[in-house]
Amino acid sequence: MSETNGILAAFDYLDSTIDAVKELRGAGFDDVTVYSAYPEHHLEEALGYDQSPVRVWTLVGALTGTATGFAFTAWTSMDWPLITGGKPVLSMPAYVVIAFELTILFGALSTVLGMFINSRLPSVASGVVYDPEFSSGRFGIFVPASGTDLDRAREILRKHEPAETREGAHA
Amino acid sequence: MTRMATLTEAQKRGALAHPDVDLHDEVNRDILKMLSAPGKGWWFLFALAALGVGVMFGSWGWQIYRGIGVTGLSSPVGWGAYITTFVFWVGIAHSGTLISAILFLFRAPWRQSIYRMAEAMTVFGVMTAGLFPLIHVGRVWHAYWLIPYPNARYLWPNFRSPLVWDVFAVTTYFTVSSVFFYLGMVPDMAAARDKTKGIRQKLYSLISLGWRGTDRQWHHFGKAYLFLAALATPLVLSVHSVVSWDFAMSIVPGWHATIFAPYFVAGAIFSGVAMVITLAVPIRKAFGLEAYLTTKHFDAMAKLIMLTSLIVFYAYLTEFFMAWYSGEPPEKQMFWNRLFGHYWWATWIMLTCNGLVPMMLWFKRVRHSIPALFAITIFINIGMWFERFVIIVTSLSHEYAPFAWGVYRPSLTEMGIVLGSFAWFSFWFLLFIRLLPPVAIAELKEVIPARMRRGSGGQDRHDAVPATAPAGD
Repeated sequence: MSETNGILAAFDYLDSTIDAVKELRGAGFDDVTVYSAYPEHHLEEALGYDQSPVRVWTLVGALTGTATGFAFTAWTSMDWPLITGGKPVLSMPAYVVIAFELTILFGALSTVLGMFINSRLPSVASGVVYDPEFSSGRFGIFVPASGTDLDRAREILRKHEPAETREGAHA
Repeated sequence: MTRMATLTEAQKRGALAHPDVDLHDEVNRDILKMLSAPGKGWWFLFALAALGVGVMFGSWGWQIYRGIGVTGLSSPVGWGAYITTFVFWVGIAHSGTLISAILFLFRAPWRQSIYRMAEAMTVFGVMTAGLFPLIHVGRVWHAYWLIPYPNARYLWPNFRSPLVWDVFAVTTYFTVSSVFFYLGMVPDMAAARDKTKGIRQKLYSLISLGWRGTDRQWHHFGKAYLFLAALATPLVLSVHSVVSWDFAMSIVPGWHATIFAPYFVAGAIFSGVAMVITLAVPIRKAFGLEAYLTTKHFDAMAKLIMLTSLIVFYAYLTEFFMAWYSGEPPEKQMFWNRLFGHYWWATWIMLTCNGLVPMMLWFKRVRHSIPALFAITIFINIGMWFERFVIIVTSLSHEYAPFAWGVYRPSLTEMGIVLGSFAWFSFWFLLFIRLLPPVAIAELKEVIPARMRRGSGGQDRHDAVPATAPAGD
């Protein structure tokens, strides 16, 4: 991660955080990062999130699983055609169970992979913009900015009375 | 109240579920203290569990050394205590996913504080169940034959066999529930990382994968969690259905019934929720989690037990009715034999523990009494083990031709392994409550209102808390 200049503010109150985010976005700061200890829907709304691409990963993974399940069972049956119990060699109803299980398996694994890729995890870089308090009670806003933009961002953040602010280059 | 105006519906209900928990920092403190150094009681239980695991692997070693003949398994009863215990543990595993995934989709307000434990129970339950097919096959070194892989003999598993379906169902279940368990825990392990020092901090850093709780992470996490829940829901219903088809797809009297899949699924949820209560009661007491696991939670679970108990009991009666109504002599005599034959006592234990005892839960006083609930769930755990024993053993011992009838008695080796499996499960569970956050920290915060600046004056309980002093930059 390259060096980012900016300001990190910690808030004790949820409503202040939401107001600050809205005002920052109104002032043209689109690249803000918000930290919270839990998924807060009001923050997501304030940030204007739309659909997550993870759903495509789920769908593609699940369909791949279904196709694999049917293809694999059919192919192995035809690979050495052996009639048992007077049933057809290609007994598709029986293969539904395998195809179903693989749909779920591939869909779930692909969802997790999609989530990791989209949220840039795992990230083990040290010295990232963060404060350990963000995992217990506090909310955080990081605005990457420099020069006059930084002054504007600072002014907006201060208006909402953050508990703490930190400035400078963040690795 | 202005504060309430900005809350979601779930938070309003959650606030009622946890009236004694005020602040988000409090959640971290209360839950993370469970990860501190264990006391004497824990070590005692852990040593006991380790001893039990020793007995289990010792018995298994003996069976591997001497051969499957050391068990009571023989013709006609080729499936006995091992398969019974396999089905029992798979069943136990089910309510974890029910509570974590199905109740998540239904937005049940009481799942947050209990679901992590239930999920851990699922993962360890499947880990325990998974041992039993391996033990049962006898020559465990050939167990990999169950997995389809290209080999020089051009042999593939028979995908028409319910036993192969079961391999796919149980391995999928184990994989998906482990992934679900782990993913849900990532933000909480990050919280543990932020509150610990030294080697523990390094460990939590590693397993929390660098989680920072940024908006981007939460956004994708939330969606992934929703889709995983949506995938896990049909999965949990399918797994015990497939397990039931191990029996129902055959033509053994007492097994060959279309009712089996829903009957097994209901039984699994019944036994699983009972086990959650059995585990939650001592943990709540030991760690002082009364503010998080309230009577309301236990009441909700007790009602779930009541509902599934009624379904299971109805299924028992349907089986007896259908046997009589079918007019099939083998079916009729099998069910007569089940009630009054050699294993009559097992059947009556099953009927009493699963059908009659849970009916006490109709009374609110019983649902609100933790000791009474604990006692009832112990009865259910026993009853559900016997249910599987009754289904498997009474049917096999009394099939069509009278000259092929027989009796099965579990040997000492089998009993060692079956009892040891409880120790094996406890072993992992004890490690879990000390090493990983046993209550979902982040999800609890979703239902506990966040601090608001614009509270409602002096009435706002959060105003009493001194705000952190503003620091300069």
